[in-house]
Amino acid sequence: MQTTARTLRYQPLDLARWVIWGSTALLMAALPVFFTQGFAITLMSQMGVAIIFTLSYNMLLGQSGMLSFGHAVYSGLGAYFAVHTLNLASKGQLWMPVPLLPLVGGLAGAVFGVLFGYVTTKRAGTTFAMITLGIGELVFSCSLMFPDFFGGEGGVTTNRVFGKPFLGITFGPAVQVYYLIAFWCLVSMALMYAWSHTPLGRMANAVRDNPERAEFVGYDTQKVRWYTLIISSFFAGIAGALGVINFEIVTAENVSAVRSGGVLLAAFIGGVGFFFGPIIGACVFVYFVVALSDHTKAWLLYLGMFFMLMVMFAPGGIASLIMMQVQLIARKRFGRIWRQYLAAGASGLLVLAAVILTVEMTYKVSVDSSGGTLMKLFGVEFDAAAAGPWAVAIGLWIVGGWLFNAARKRVAHTYGEIQAEFLQGRP
Amino acid sequence: MNRLIRAAALGAATTLLAFGAQAQTVKIGFIDPLSGLMAPVGQNQLHSWQYIAEIANQKNWAGGPKFEIVGFDNKLSPQESLTVLKQVVDQGIRYIVQGNGSSVALALADAVAKHNERNPGKEIVYLNYAAVDPDLTNSKCNFWHFRLDANSDMKMEALTTFLAKDKNIKNVYLLNQNYSFGQAVAKAAKDYLAKKRPDIKIVGEDLHPLAQIKDFAPYVSKMKAAGTDTVITGNWGSDLALLIKAAKDAGLNANFYTYYAATTGVPTAMGAAGEDKVRFVGYWNVNNEKFVGADVAMGYQKKFNDDYYTMATYTGIALLAKAFKETKSTDPVKVAHALEGMKVESLNGEVEMRKSDHQALQPLVVAKWVKVDGKTVKYDQEKTGYGWKTEALLPTYLATQPTSCQMQRPK
Amino acid sequence: MEFFVISLLNGVSYGLLLFMLSSGLTLIFSMMGVLNFAHAAFYMVGAYVAYSVGLKIGFFPALFVAPVVVGLLGAAVERYGLRTVHRWGHVAELLFTFGLAYLIEETVKVIWGLAAVPYRVPAALDGHLFTLYSTSFPKLRGFMMLVALLMLLSVWLLLKRTRIGLVIQAALTHPHMAEALGHNVPRVFMLVFGGGCALAGLAGVIGGVAFITEPSMAASVGPIVFVVAVVGGMGSLAGAFLASLLIGVMQTFAIALDWSLAGMLGAIGISVNEATPLYSLWKLQISQVAPVLPYLLLVLMLIFRPKGLLGTRAD
Repeated sequence: MQTTARTLRYQPLDLARWVIWGSTALLMAALPVFFTQGFAITLMSQMGVAIIFTLSYNMLLGQSGMLSFGHAVYSGLGAYFAVHTLNLASKGQLWMPVPLLPLVGGLAGAVFGVLFGYVTTKRAGTTFAMITLGIGELVFSCSLMFPDFFGGEGGVTTNRVFGKPFLGITFGPAVQVYYLIAFWCLVSMALMYAWSHTPLGRMANAVRDNPERAEFVGYDTQKVRWYTLIISSFFAGIAGALGVINFEIVTAENVSAVRSGGVLLAAFIGGVGFFFGPIIGACVFVYFVVALSDHTKAWLLYLGMFFMLMVMFAPGGIASLIMMQVQLIARKRFGRIWRQYLAAGASGLLVLAAVILTVEMTYKVSVDSSGGTLMKLFGVEFDAAAAGPWAVAIGLWIVGGWLFNAARKRVAHTYGEIQAEFLQGRP
Repeated sequence: MNRLIRAAALGAATTLLAFGAQAQTVKIGFIDPLSGLMAPVGQNQLHSWQYIAEIANQKNWAGGPKFEIVGFDNKLSPQESLTVLKQVVDQGIRYIVQGNGSSVALALADAVAKHNERNPGKEIVYLNYAAVDPDLTNSKCNFWHFRLDANSDMKMEALTTFLAKDKNIKNVYLLNQNYSFGQAVAKAAKDYLAKKRPDIKIVGEDLHPLAQIKDFAPYVSKMKAAGTDTVITGNWGSDLALLIKAAKDAGLNANFYTYYAATTGVPTAMGAAGEDKVRFVGYWNVNNEKFVGADVAMGYQKKFNDDYYTMATYTGIALLAKAFKETKSTDPVKVAHALEGMKVESLNGEVEMRKSDHQALQPLVVAKWVKVDGKTVKYDQEKTGYGWKTEALLPTYLATQPTSCQMQRPK
Repeated sequence: MEFFVISLLNGVSYGLLLFMLSSGLTLIFSMMGVLNFAHAAFYMVGAYVAYSVGLKIGFFPALFVAPVVVGLLGAAVERYGLRTVHRWGHVAELLFTFGLAYLIEETVKVIWGLAAVPYRVPAALDGHLFTLYSTSFPKLRGFMMLVALLMLLSVWLLLKRTRIGLVIQAALTHPHMAEALGHNVPRVFMLVFGGGCALAGLAGVIGGVAFITEPSMAASVGPIVFVVAVVGGMGSLAGAFLASLLIGVMQTFAIALDWSLAGMLGAIGISVNEATPLYSLWKLQISQVAPVLPYLLLVLMLIFRPKGLLGTRAD
């Protein structure tokens, strides 16, 4: 992986890049000013951690074509090492300031990446997926078998506040933790972005797209996969350690298949094809898991539905949908289509209302009926067992479905037209 | 001077007014699984709390303040519970209750202590109604945590006291889930049996992974091969139901002494398979001598079409109500101090919240799974036609354990 | 001896149930290259449908109705879901079934509730088939074995001895040729997917009654089914059969053994106690590790023989 000294370089003034990164940093810094509630801060902290974790996962799935079902192993083990380090540090047996703890987690993750990665990356494709599944289950089962290290069912708890405050920072208040996470999140994002432009990052893309050819050119595909996995585990470990600082607890669920599956969902929903896709995915996913589950008990159902719709109709994730619009805007076609988007969005809302109404009423009647069938939705109180609300739901389905279908067709038509113009080379 | 007195009197009067005249509502955050595998149990217990709160509000137990239970889903995850805790704080809720999973309880107790230390004036009181890891009131005790259930050691003490009387028991097998609670059960069983009946042989001891075994037949054949006549298990949920089913299938003629055979789902799963074989140790059984609490259970049954078994909800609300009344305040710090050493009359008799470790001391029962006969066993569970027959009532002193807790009290 | 024979019987019968589950998965994979993550979910649907239908018409009719229902559901999923996703490639298909598993589980909860349903053993199967020494062998387990063997036989006959089986095999190896010869390959795919799901449904009818019918039953068998299919060799029915028996027997016997490294070292004179470093590792008994063994086997198999016991291809 060497580059010749004089490569042809195309370097336009990267103003856009500076603007994007700068505004991201500003946004992260400003968010706690607007959302001051404790819960909002935790939610944002969790999103920060999830962003690192999902991006590290996408290094495998999106950039190297490795579908892993056991990525939580690395973040989880990183978290365990971080929590033990933190406990030692708070007892004074070890010097380790809290802000540097993510490095411990990262290193631990990377070490296990070296270890497990050597085994898993020997193969690609389905075999890789299966072997990661097996290792994930193995580590999870072990976590309950060795309570000394993993803390058994109760996990390992810790206290992030110890020692003398440095410049008044104790990491007691959640806001301070948020800024720490935001800092690491930004650094990790930048590093992972930079990685995707290194020779290794480019080779990973090549190995994803055409392993035979990459091999033929003289690269060891197995090594490329292995190195990528190690770096990815490093960032996963950072995410794990930040989770430790945020929650002050690590439990076996940190290495569980649920966590591994979650990060897959998050990355895919966001879009694996673009660097920023997983960032969106992580935020949406955390919102689903943490916030939506307080509004409805059927949150898993909505998440499942949302995921399925994405897989079926937008396999590029939210990111690809955004990029499609960016293309339209950039080439000044958005004005032709936005009214149709609006129509589709409005009728889509009707369908969404129909879905929500149906799901919530069914849930109320079949699962939650013991406390009576009265329920409140959108600020309206009604009886889920009565015929009226069901008639409304059916009505919404029919009207919404019909309108949405019509709107969808028009959007598809116009979009097709525009694409055809692009193909003909019109500006 | 005069004005000052007047002002003070006015101030006192307004506070009294605020407390007395306006019915103040105390919100209690219920943090337990409301989705996922354990949701049926969590749902049942949420209803239990709500039902008892309703009774308390009707009868004005607290002398003014009303109770409102707000359910939060923690998905049985310690980590998720901490997120939920933040939300609870945001909503200005100052009392929380939780019960499922010692893992969650340990995490919550720890988090509440940290929160109270970091946020003086916003303290939270935590009532634990079912997590029974002994550590919570021993090495890891803290001032803000109060346990309404008997801990695992106390239950084992009661269970072995009862078991020791049965001279037919010779070979005991211990089967538990491989985590802190299961290990505690196994250890306590060995210790107490060695003390009470040294002649009983522990013919086998197994720890299996939590909620991963689909087929218990191999364990049962191991029990058979060892000549087991009694099985002691802390298993819960499907791990218990499957075990009893497998034992019946293989014709294992052994008694089962359990902790959790009366919780949602298990009765349905074991059905007739557990008849005359399965016992549980707990703090209350609706089929008690005088059917105390049957009215509550029936009212609950009528309202929710489910069984009321989490009697700790009754104790919990009664304790809080008494503390509100005594302190004339709903301030968590004052209430927590008042709860220490408090005694209330609950459905199983007198319950005392021990001052030294915040462990409730109460009588325990051992009950057996039998067909409903309408006389001693009037009420069945989960409409199976089977119910729990009280076999022994163990007075409070019997199960009381010393504590190693060194309570740190806030000034 | 009694213990050995009974354990063997237990192991074989558990293995046969695993086979019922994994055969559908293997069939679908060998045919379409789709790793069906929702397979265990179809197993669960089978159990629930059999319970509901069984309330009306009895267990034995339900034994036939439930798999058909599940099969139709599977075919519908293939027709209206999987086929749409097919053009995005195998990863998308896999993710589709991954999401489907979530969706099915949640839908089951909505329809049948969160708690276990009282799905009971029918009177005809309740009781003991025979008593060996002093341990009785339940009829239900015997029935389970019988159904599994019948299933193996009929699937094998279907694939090897019927015309449709030939078409399926042709479509498996040479889809374009089969299509050129006028066979509707997409329909064959739909048939296979539905058929595989029906097999899972059949396993559900038996598994639901033998164990517990509850919303988490899918999640509890999901990973192990994969292990069986992979260890046996992706796409090999005979391999799946062998692997099922292997894992069933292995797990059953591992539970029976109380050996630990500490005990073994003790036998050769090295004493291991709580002061020894890594004591928690030494004291682990094989019986405690038993449930992990399949995953260990999976990982080892994938490292040393990625095509599985009787598989033909590695990827």
